[in-house]
Amino acid sequence: MSMLVKTGFRQPSILPGFGLSFGVIITALSLVVLLPLAALFLKAASAGPSEIIAIASSPRTLAALRLSFGAAFIAAIVSSIFGLLIAWVLVRYDFPGHRFVDAAVDLPFALPTAVAGIALTALWAGNGWLGTWPAQYGIKIAYTPAGVVVALIFVSLPFVVRSVQPVLADAQQDVEEAAALLGASRLRAVFGVILPNVWPALLTGFTLAFARAIGEYGSVIFIAGNIPMVSEVAPLLIVIRLEQFDYAGAAIVAALMLIASFVLLICINTVQSWSRRKLGYV
Amino acid sequence: MSKMISASRSQPARNGSALRESNAVKALLIGTALTFLALFLFLPLVIVFMEALQRGLTTYLEAITEPDALSAMRLTLLVAAIVVPINVIVGIAGSWTIARFDFRGKNLLVSLIDLPFSVSPVIAGLIYVLLFGAQGYFGPWLREHGIEIIFALPGIVLATMFVTFPFVARELIPHMETLGSTDEEAALTLGASPWQTFFKITLPNVKWSLLYGVLLCNARAMGEFGAVAVVSGKIRGVTTTLPLQVEILYNEYMGTAAFAVASLLAFLALITLAAKTILEWHYAKEIAAMRHNS
Repeated sequence: MSMLVKTGFRQPSILPGFGLSFGVIITALSLVVLLPLAALFLKAASAGPSEIIAIASSPRTLAALRLSFGAAFIAAIVSSIFGLLIAWVLVRYDFPGHRFVDAAVDLPFALPTAVAGIALTALWAGNGWLGTWPAQYGIKIAYTPAGVVVALIFVSLPFVVRSVQPVLADAQQDVEEAAALLGASRLRAVFGVILPNVWPALLTGFTLAFARAIGEYGSVIFIAGNIPMVSEVAPLLIVIRLEQFDYAGAAIVAALMLIASFVLLICINTVQSWSRRKLGYV
Repeated sequence: MSKMISASRSQPARNGSALRESNAVKALLIGTALTFLALFLFLPLVIVFMEALQRGLTTYLEAITEPDALSAMRLTLLVAAIVVPINVIVGIAGSWTIARFDFRGKNLLVSLIDLPFSVSPVIAGLIYVLLFGAQGYFGPWLREHGIEIIFALPGIVLATMFVTFPFVARELIPHMETLGSTDEEAALTLGASPWQTFFKITLPNVKWSLLYGVLLCNARAMGEFGAVAVVSGKIRGVTTTLPLQVEILYNEYMGTAAFAVASLLAFLALITLAAKTILEWHYAKEIAAMRHNS
């Protein structure tokens, strides 16, 4: 491939259809994704610097962003821990119902978020199956920020399991055997030999889970209680601004969310490529 | 790669504590994982059907055959019937471009196709309101010409297209890259026309991953809530999809009816999972190849 001299925009190929397929994808991408997103930033910018700063630094905006990013972070951490455990159990052990459990992990991908939202609310409300148990100790889950975290764990879990599972399955058992022969205890082999190989995949899973959870709306609004400054997530604030016909306000909160999540994703990707290099993959 | 795995699997693991977890640890790990899954995944699904059926089958059937529920069903099916074929064509075009050619900015194009995954669904709806809403950039022009996009079907279709945009390409690109282009080159050299090559070689080669992408795209298109909620206006019986109908009923304290409509969507999710699992079992090799490279 590198032998070919780069001539212009694309390398020559005998395959047909570049013009057509490139045209279709670029047109669709521009019309459906890029131009509308550009309109968002245009609208946000049209508000003028003082209004942008006023909205961006208003306590309600900051509280909503803090909740969305904070709850998403906690949920992604919980999903990473349990997702790794579930992937490990699915790859390494055989037990009755293994195939069923493996298939069930994808449920949050398939179940519409509104359905998940009302189901989780029914479960975790003070009189629900799971909510009664913390309620005895005076802890409320539904209608508090804790409820937001519960909903975000639900939506983000499969991202971690599905990122880690293939890497665990591919891991060569001879390195474990080598570690054992060299006298490492099982615990040390797991944490010193196996998990470092899984780390990049786990970070990928964490990133996907985190990115998904930041913007989540459907499953959250039912369980959150939606109290301004307390349990109001950023996407809900956008909807509220929109319902008040405050288009610029909605666009500014949305632009802040997008910028913050892209900066975060770029940071995580940088850590990712650094850790991959360190571990010797490219 | 698969050869190596089977080779290492076929070696009997030595029966030493240094190579395996003790049975107690193993039981503890399996127990924790299954308990977590039961609490966070299984119970929510069970409670949907429990709540839906709590007032008996007759009430349940009434709730799902009520006119608003039926019109929500029709709209949901209609939106999916429009969005999925468009995204299939666009996804095939995108993966043909990316998996078969080398050009400048290819990585950027891949990232842009994936972009909708990291945009909040609410923002996906908002952008179309900013463009086509009453106070949007094209709002006045659209009103003059009597075209309705927001609070109407076209807006719901656009918002759904945005959130499901990456699904097909995402499944197809790694699969097409793994297959390589030798089959297509052979067909072309033997005198097949470009379209013949596409329909007789490319499409059959990637059919399973295409089907997989269609399945995921369809599930999301039918279940999308946030993006559609923003653009639909929630006019009962007109612009409410099934997920929006669930919200409306729930907010009106019609819990049983809300769960009854929700159970239809949960049923759809179960069918999707079953179809997905069947695809994965039967075409494990091809799907593993594409997963591995994704």
